[in-house]
Amino acid sequence: MMPSLRLSGQRALWAMAGVAIIGVVLPLLLRSDFWLNFAIMVLFFTVLGQAWNILGGYGGQFSFGHAAFFGTGAYVTAVLQVKFGINPWLGFVLAGIGGGLVGAAIGFLSFRYGLRGSYFALVTLAFAEVLRILANAAAFTGGGVGTLIPLKQTAANFQFVDKTGFYFVIFALMLIGLLLAYWLENSRFGARLMAIRENEDAARALGVNAFAIKLGAISLSGALAGLAGAFYAQYFLYLDPRLAYGPGISVEALLVPIIGGMGTIFGPLLGATVLHVVGEIARKVMGDAVGLNLALYGMVLVAMVLFLPNGIAGLARRQRLKPKEERL
Amino acid sequence: MLEFSILLPALLNGLTIGAVYALVALGLTLIYGVLHIINFAHGSMLMLALYGVFFLHALFGIDPYVSLLIVPPALFVLGYALQRGVIGRASHGKDENILLVTLGLAIVMDNLALYFWKADTRTIDTPYGFDTVDLGIATIAVPKAVAFVAALLICCALWLLMARTDLCKAIRALAKERQGAQLVGINVPHLFAMSFGIGAACVGAAACLLLPSFYVAPDVGQVFVLIAFTVVVLGGMGSFAGALIGGMIIGVTESIGGLFLGESLGQLGIFVIFIAVLLFRPTGLLGHRA
Amino acid sequence: MTERNRSRGIGRRQLLAAGSTAALVAGVGGFPAILKAQAPAIKVGILHPVTGPLAYSGTQARAGATMAIEAINAAGGIKSMGGAKLEAVLGDAQSKPDVGAAEVEKMNEAGVSAIIGPFASGIALATTQAAAKHNIPHIVDVGVVDQVVTRGLANTFRFGPGLAKVVDTAIANLVALNAASATKAKTVMIVHEESAFGSGMAKTLNEQLPQKGFEILETISHPNPTRDFDNIALKIKARKPDLIIPSNYYGEFVLLARTLRQQKVEAKAIYSILGGAASNFRFVNEFEDAAQYIIDCNHWVDPRKPEAAALRKKVEDQKLFFTYEVFLNHECVRLLADALERGKSSKREDITAALTSSSWAGHMMPYGPTKFVNGQNEGAAPVNTQIIGKDIKVIFPAAFADAKPVFPMPARG
Repeated sequence: MMPSLRLSGQRALWAMAGVAIIGVVLPLLLRSDFWLNFAIMVLFFTVLGQAWNILGGYGGQFSFGHAAFFGTGAYVTAVLQVKFGINPWLGFVLAGIGGGLVGAAIGFLSFRYGLRGSYFALVTLAFAEVLRILANAAAFTGGGVGTLIPLKQTAANFQFVDKTGFYFVIFALMLIGLLLAYWLENSRFGARLMAIRENEDAARALGVNAFAIKLGAISLSGALAGLAGAFYAQYFLYLDPRLAYGPGISVEALLVPIIGGMGTIFGPLLGATVLHVVGEIARKVMGDAVGLNLALYGMVLVAMVLFLPNGIAGLARRQRLKPKEERL
Repeated sequence: MLEFSILLPALLNGLTIGAVYALVALGLTLIYGVLHIINFAHGSMLMLALYGVFFLHALFGIDPYVSLLIVPPALFVLGYALQRGVIGRASHGKDENILLVTLGLAIVMDNLALYFWKADTRTIDTPYGFDTVDLGIATIAVPKAVAFVAALLICCALWLLMARTDLCKAIRALAKERQGAQLVGINVPHLFAMSFGIGAACVGAAACLLLPSFYVAPDVGQVFVLIAFTVVVLGGMGSFAGALIGGMIIGVTESIGGLFLGESLGQLGIFVIFIAVLLFRPTGLLGHRA
Repeated sequence: MTERNRSRGIGRRQLLAAGSTAALVAGVGGFPAILKAQAPAIKVGILHPVTGPLAYSGTQARAGATMAIEAINAAGGIKSMGGAKLEAVLGDAQSKPDVGAAEVEKMNEAGVSAIIGPFASGIALATTQAAAKHNIPHIVDVGVVDQVVTRGLANTFRFGPGLAKVVDTAIANLVALNAASATKAKTVMIVHEESAFGSGMAKTLNEQLPQKGFEILETISHPNPTRDFDNIALKIKARKPDLIIPSNYYGEFVLLARTLRQQKVEAKAIYSILGGAASNFRFVNEFEDAAQYIIDCNHWVDPRKPEAAALRKKVEDQKLFFTYEVFLNHECVRLLADALERGKSSKREDITAALTSSSWAGHMMPYGPTKFVNGQNEGAAPVNTQIIGKDIKVIFPAAFADAKPVFPMPARG
């Protein structure tokens, strides 16, 4: 079964062009720093979710440990900068490489031993925890005290005085994520990856090197999550092991694409937008009553799963492809 | 060297704390074994159960061990209702939906608890809370000794239940062969809910045994949920004896790791074992290949 | 604008309180008189982590701040500004720095004049930075990690002491305690939580204690949460240190203290630094026996000042525990009110200027008049408390101690 809304080929490219134009114009329209920050956070979680989507959505490999890649990217940028004075723009690139390498390492071990489904999910969770514990014990990460990146607001230093600078960085990253997803949908690599998702044994029988393909996917996914981590580090300038490697990030990373629509180009963008809007509305509705806003958020989450089993992207499809779906 | 002189008592501590982990994990392993779902709401159910035990004690003076007669049945009802009413309906046959819905439920439960009962860390004071049993090599707190024995008993009881009763034979059949069970006329949603309910009842029992030596707060579930997953995987998903042994192994690993590497770094041992088991024996110590 | 804000933000209680006066005025002078008397409300951002793992501290902190705002308004608001009322704009950082920073943006658009919060250091680093962009004066209530004020942000003011100051004071008082006693404590074990404040404290202690002649037998870092303290107790029991120095959050502190009692671990003192429960009345009430004689170097009020006792009563009347989060935030609001009173302006830059030149002595803390140097209140210092009976007594500094230290503590049998 092909999951959810599939904007393919030409249509997807047009949609991406639309997103690109809206994205470029948006900061000119948003006169408010609050909404600009809101947009930045939505895009940030979109990138993180897209990273998860590459592996989980297109490859069917559910990770509970994307914090492992995210945190590595964040620490690479921060530590290289603080300890070795390496420019954060270079650190940004290295963060992507670092995230990719951690992805490859974890992928190598777990795919080598044929872990699938929830076993794979739990092993990624365990790796993230191992990294958290190590980051907490190591001296060069600052241990539990954490790493603080000195405040020096110049664009050359990847710290923008104006939030618009951060916006365009994360927006560009988001576009790269979209292009990656588009590429997956239109390349041999992507086709093989999706074949593995549908039926790994069948794909193998057809001569797909499942190990290599999955390894490629997790490295790509890790690299994108690592870039998101580097962005986080530069935007907030402070990291500790729990922020970087804690389970919170891993959960956010999977929430966004599953809600939006797994294995779709725009699923993560939809998911991150809807989740943040819901979060904001819950705050408005519940006012200052402690905890009720998050409870409402959780209820909306449950309701979405009850009524939108294929994510938000699936909603659009259901209307359009109703007759076809019956056949499934 | 000091570490070796206290090795034996540390080992014993590991076993008792491991029994508590096993208690929490028993419910999780049952749910996993039958429904094949990763229940993110497990910790939150433990939290609710702990509040139940706490309020029974605070408002009515009911001893936590007496609550064993009240809280597990209540949790059974909650578990049955959640599975039948929400989780089962939300799954639409997809694992990721179950994941999401249990995650959503956890967020709802934790934050409702925060709203109604505030963020305070609550503890209870029992007459035996500070009593200890002197075993010669170590002194063990009475609540922990009780939890240890109870964990063994509950595990045996569950095993008997699963081996002997018709209901549970059906559950086991279901765990093995879902479609086959449906074909022979087993009411699948009911049995799923029964399993989830029994799993929740185990959590209720764990709460009664845990509270005398622990505390309750809205986010207390997270304290145990990760470790419970570890135990379940280690023991073999769906295996009670596995959960018990897995709990003990994790408890001892944590204890010994803490002794030699410090409590922070000592946690590493747990996850290294966890990863090793997943890689080399993914069915767990006592699990069967699905 | 004014009327709308007032009725929306201040809340029902405020309106009721003001109601009787308003009715009186309306009766005498007619409706326009009210409008004239009403100076624009001054919005104050009250930002804390009231959900997530730090929810307890955040809730306590919020309670302290809102109580102060209510009290100031009830007493006639900011007098130099025509009795302008303070209006709380509440924010929830959800125990995450990114959410804290987003809340600052929201508060900026809500037009707050200043922000008070956000309890945790990790969040404070993000919120002070976000507030600096909009020149919002940001009073940090706790946030003890020293980097919170050493980054050169002109908008950041920390009313309470930083970590370095706390550790320095703790060590100085420990030396004094030793000097005054016939039995000397020499060997130390440190048990600290692994995040920023516990680790930072352990690091400083390891640098400084040996210079003062103490021998650190072992430093044990434990995660949050730690489920079981039996092994740590075993280690302590085996090494027999004179002093046990714990630094942890509430839940872990209670478990540790209970386990130490249960395993009959004896020491000359349990000398906690920023102990999660050691100066918390809940702990004292619930485990009086395990809590007995525990010393803590922490934020505390000056017991000589009547306002302190009055606030404690008020807090307890609301069925809350009188903890440092409450009174520090209460006093941060009053510090802001003093700046408003003197600056006669709710403009952000005016408040920042007034805070920079602040020399406020009306607080209930043992600090002396406020004096901000690079954003840090130089007079701020912790005190040493000890749990004696059902009460928490101040034992250091001697100038205003209300009890003599019990050191070494008697064997607890």
